[in-house]
Amino acid sequence: MRDTFVATTTEFLGDSRTVVVLADISAEAFAPAAARHPDRVINVGIREQLMVGVAGGLALTGLRPIVHSYAPFLVERSYEQIKLDLDHQGVGAVLVSVGASYDRAAAGRTHLGPADVALIDTLHDWTVHVPGHRDEVPGLLRDVVCGQDSAYVRLSTLSNARAYPGTGDLRVLRDAGPGAALLVAVGPTVDAALDATAGLPVTVAYTHRPRPFDTVGLRALVDSAVILVEPYLAGTSARLVSAALADRPHRLSALGVRREELRRYGSAADHARWHGLDAAGLRRSITDFLSPALA
Amino acid sequence: MTRLATTARVAEAAAPIDGRDQLAPLLERVRAGREFGANVLSTLDVLQVLYDRVLRITPATVDDPDRDRFLLSKGHAVAGYYALLAAKGFIPPDWLDDQGGPSSRLGDHPDRTLIPGVEIGSGSLGHGLGLGVGSALGLRAQGRLGPRVYVLLGDAELDEGSNHEAIAYAGALGLGNLTAIVVDNFSATHGWPGGVATRFTVNGWTAATVDGRDRDALHPALTGHHGHRPHVVVALVGDGE
Repeated sequence: MRDTFVATTTEFLGDSRTVVVLADISAEAFAPAAARHPDRVINVGIREQLMVGVAGGLALTGLRPIVHSYAPFLVERSYEQIKLDLDHQGVGAVLVSVGASYDRAAAGRTHLGPADVALIDTLHDWTVHVPGHRDEVPGLLRDVVCGQDSAYVRLSTLSNARAYPGTGDLRVLRDAGPGAALLVAVGPTVDAALDATAGLPVTVAYTHRPRPFDTVGLRALVDSAVILVEPYLAGTSARLVSAALADRPHRLSALGVRREELRRYGSAADHARWHGLDAAGLRRSITDFLSPALA
Repeated sequence: MTRLATTARVAEAAAPIDGRDQLAPLLERVRAGREFGANVLSTLDVLQVLYDRVLRITPATVDDPDRDRFLLSKGHAVAGYYALLAAKGFIPPDWLDDQGGPSSRLGDHPDRTLIPGVEIGSGSLGHGLGLGVGSALGLRAQGRLGPRVYVLLGDAELDEGSNHEAIAYAGALGLGNLTAIVVDNFSATHGWPGGVATRFTVNGWTAATVDGRDRDALHPALTGHHGHRPHVVVALVGDGE
């Protein structure tokens, strides 16, 4: 996904409004673009507060910044700059992260970033894209870069087997018919969700755009049971599902990355398993949720 | 929303001012009987030299892409700033009368989206210089080589580490269209041994340290940049002012 992001963004630099702001991460990958556009590929060094502050200043002069770093450094370390130097100034930028949740599990807690989407969600009117496949990246990136508002694009080393490009409205991948539970899988979780629900009365819908959440699609698809599967903090989108279904009796199971610090290394697949986000773990949670009497 | 003042009143207030006397009545309107700390007054001379003699910006050019930018980073220094914006005709003097009120556009910290001529919303310290570096880079990337970016900070504000990210980077880059102004009233809790300017010059900035009350000294300092390096003016004012 990162390679696709760099290639697509390099194309965007053909537009003289586009400017890329980096804090050393991926600077090497952008070196050819920087050679061609030295004033519009800006690497501030390992200074994430400055990276976002500079983006705010660039936007104040009418440019469209694409700001890129590791998820915890881009969103968590720079949160006040995102809040004040972008939102409070009334200007927008496109933030693009790598290092989603436990992509670099062996690096330990400092490089884990499961809280990024929840933090962005404290802000108003941000678009959030969580692509599940590299081929979804160019289209969604073009959509947000061509806009004026702020957007967060969360790239990952995890991927589904195939791409589901499009606007990000809920897309049904398996329809289990009337009365079935609705599972909404975000980004790279959908393959595991499809495996986990094989043979179960569960309709599976996919989105790579958790914000704005497709609440119209949700209302059209839901019967009474909803299962959210998100590759970041569990429950991040629960408030939106609850609000969208406030006028209907419904049950909700919100699955995702748990809050406790595991203090374990290993691989992303190990962490998915420990957080119950592999197919077997999801199936356990989902069957418990659907058969409370048997649990 | 606050009602607009008449055009005549704005024009009257926008007449050129030569000294603090003309600003005083406007400042009194902001004060409205409240106690002001000495720090409110510490920026007045710098602000007046900037708006009288340095900045190429008028109420008619607040949206001109080639205007100079003035970024007030120490956003609590608003009383003199608001009075000056009113004196220069950027805002109607009427706005001063209910500063901080429920329908006022003028908070205890400024909001750029509510006040004409205000380039940034500030209040949390340590944000203006980064925004200033970005503005300077944005102007340069668009080939706008005329306008200059001025950022006003305080010596205590320099405690925030984000400033030092911006100082080091602007110096390394030779960001020649940026001027930082540090009003030094010796209020940083742990001080700046060796002087504030050294934090900048070690990173390649040019610097001038002057009496922050002496307008004839401030003017050459504020216009003393050379073109290929960022410039800092340290304006010394009385202890705790």
